[in-house]
Amino acid sequence: MQLDTKEKLREKTVFSPTPSLNRRPHHYCAGCGHGIVHRLLAELIDELGIPQKTVLIAPVGCGVLAFFYINVDGCEAAHGRVPAVATGLKRVNPENIVIAYQGDGDLLAIGTAETIHTANRGENITVVFINNALYGMTGGQMAPTSLVGQKTKTSPYGRSAAEAGYPIRACELIDTLEAPVFIERTSVHSVKHIIRTKKALKKGLKNQMENRGYSFIEVLSMCPTGWGMKPVSATEWIEKQMVPYYPLGNFRDR
Amino acid sequence: MKGNEALAEAAVIAGCRYFFGYPITPQNEVPAYFAMRLPQVGGTFIQAESEIAAINMVFGAAAAGARVMTSSSSPGISLKQEGISYMAGAELPAVVVNMMRGGPGLGNIAGSQADYFQATKGGGHGDYRLIVLAPNSVQELADLTVLAFDLADRYRMICMILGDGFLGQMSEPLVLPEPTGLKFDKSEWILDGAKGRKPHIVRSLRLRPEDALEKLNLKLQEKYREIMQHETRSEEYNTADAEYLLVGFGISSRLLKSAVQALKSQGVKAGLFRPITLWPFPSRELAACAQGKKKVLVVEMNAGQMVEDVRLAVNGSVPVDFLGRMGGMTPEIESITERIKSYAA
Repeated sequence: MQLDTKEKLREKTVFSPTPSLNRRPHHYCAGCGHGIVHRLLAELIDELGIPQKTVLIAPVGCGVLAFFYINVDGCEAAHGRVPAVATGLKRVNPENIVIAYQGDGDLLAIGTAETIHTANRGENITVVFINNALYGMTGGQMAPTSLVGQKTKTSPYGRSAAEAGYPIRACELIDTLEAPVFIERTSVHSVKHIIRTKKALKKGLKNQMENRGYSFIEVLSMCPTGWGMKPVSATEWIEKQMVPYYPLGNFRDR
Repeated sequence: MKGNEALAEAAVIAGCRYFFGYPITPQNEVPAYFAMRLPQVGGTFIQAESEIAAINMVFGAAAAGARVMTSSSSPGISLKQEGISYMAGAELPAVVVNMMRGGPGLGNIAGSQADYFQATKGGGHGDYRLIVLAPNSVQELADLTVLAFDLADRYRMICMILGDGFLGQMSEPLVLPEPTGLKFDKSEWILDGAKGRKPHIVRSLRLRPEDALEKLNLKLQEKYREIMQHETRSEEYNTADAEYLLVGFGISSRLLKSAVQALKSQGVKAGLFRPITLWPFPSRELAACAQGKKKVLVVEMNAGQMVEDVRLAVNGSVPVDFLGRMGGMTPEIESITERIKSYAA
């Protein structure tokens, strides 16, 4: 009797890859946070039953190939223009679930206008903002979110506030606008925070499914290659350096 | 009806239900008309935060399978060039209108033809083309707008209406065009959720230059060759027994028609050749028309842009002269007739 139970337990599937995540090797570096967020999104797309409704827009940056990894309709956008492309797609097919996936250069530098105005129009989309405090794809240049003192390819002596200003806090900026319904900053540097990130992403997608309006989820994400660190040190750098400047938590949930 | 309004109503007749634009003179009647008209027919108008956002909204709407338009004037079209190049790479159909004004820079708001190079030679990056239509009356502006949507959908590319400030602003009698009723199947590539099919991906990104990116380019070039074969359009006036041939597009061709009539009354035999498609340029038709003429005079409201395509078309068989005004100025009919008469003297 006891033996039977044990065998049954052994046969029971306790984990399997989520179908919306393509099973192909990805191009991300070891310890990068993109892969984690991709998997969370794929899991949620399956859990919410929307793989046949979702359109994912990939940015210019490390996430440029996101549509190869998540098995839904995918779209390219010019650098910074993800929210404008998302607007066009969503207005034509409001029944689609449109995910705007963006990095910090895309969302807060070259695409600042699109970010602000799409949020301000309250477009019924879900924006996923990967903040890794530099430009990863082009080799580690200073981003609008690079911390003061942070050394990058284009701030070799450390970011100077006098020269380059201070890092921009996206959630706080968007929180000044009336239209958005959900704004939250999370991180993927530990299991606890990954679970919280998934919860926030789920809320952002559900809001869109319920036609509630614009949701914005900022995810602090590791870039060990760009930061010149080992993956474990990169998770510590988020905890010690990024979180104090970019406080985690919910800013708005209407 | 005013040119800009005729254009917008013709787009609605053609099935355009999405318009994204940004204010700029002299085309402001276009977005204003759409803002009034599209809600009446279940469409969507958005005044975008910039020309760049507007063309990228067009990108998204085209990727979703809709008939979509944006319009602007010269400086605004410059801002849209990145998005136009991306749409060429992703093979997305849309209609883009340029009601040209004087340049370079902020220039002025008078009609001009100085964006011929930008429209026909590719204003953005990479090897690509737009189909470029150049109407010369309010009626033709409306008719060509209906055609532009069909051409865009047939070839999965941007079709540009290249007008100018005068054409957009002037009022003329108009018979509204009929919808063509042509249907184009977009189900193989549009993004509307992968229901009962494999996911589609709309992109210009091709990371392996040795095969993927060159393959895309070869496909585009093959398409462009097909268009050059089948889609050239032009018009001739009084050319059969003409000794001199005037060549002009858009609004300046109206002046040339008057010049031909004035010359006729003075006993000088001149004719007019008017390209309606600027790309593909009607080279064969022009070469045939120019055969045996004593001289070709190209008249443009720019420093001499289309004249380069005219020279390529006639390929040295007839001498080609140029007369132009710039910065929003219009050539005078008398200066045209005097130039022609000087050839005979």
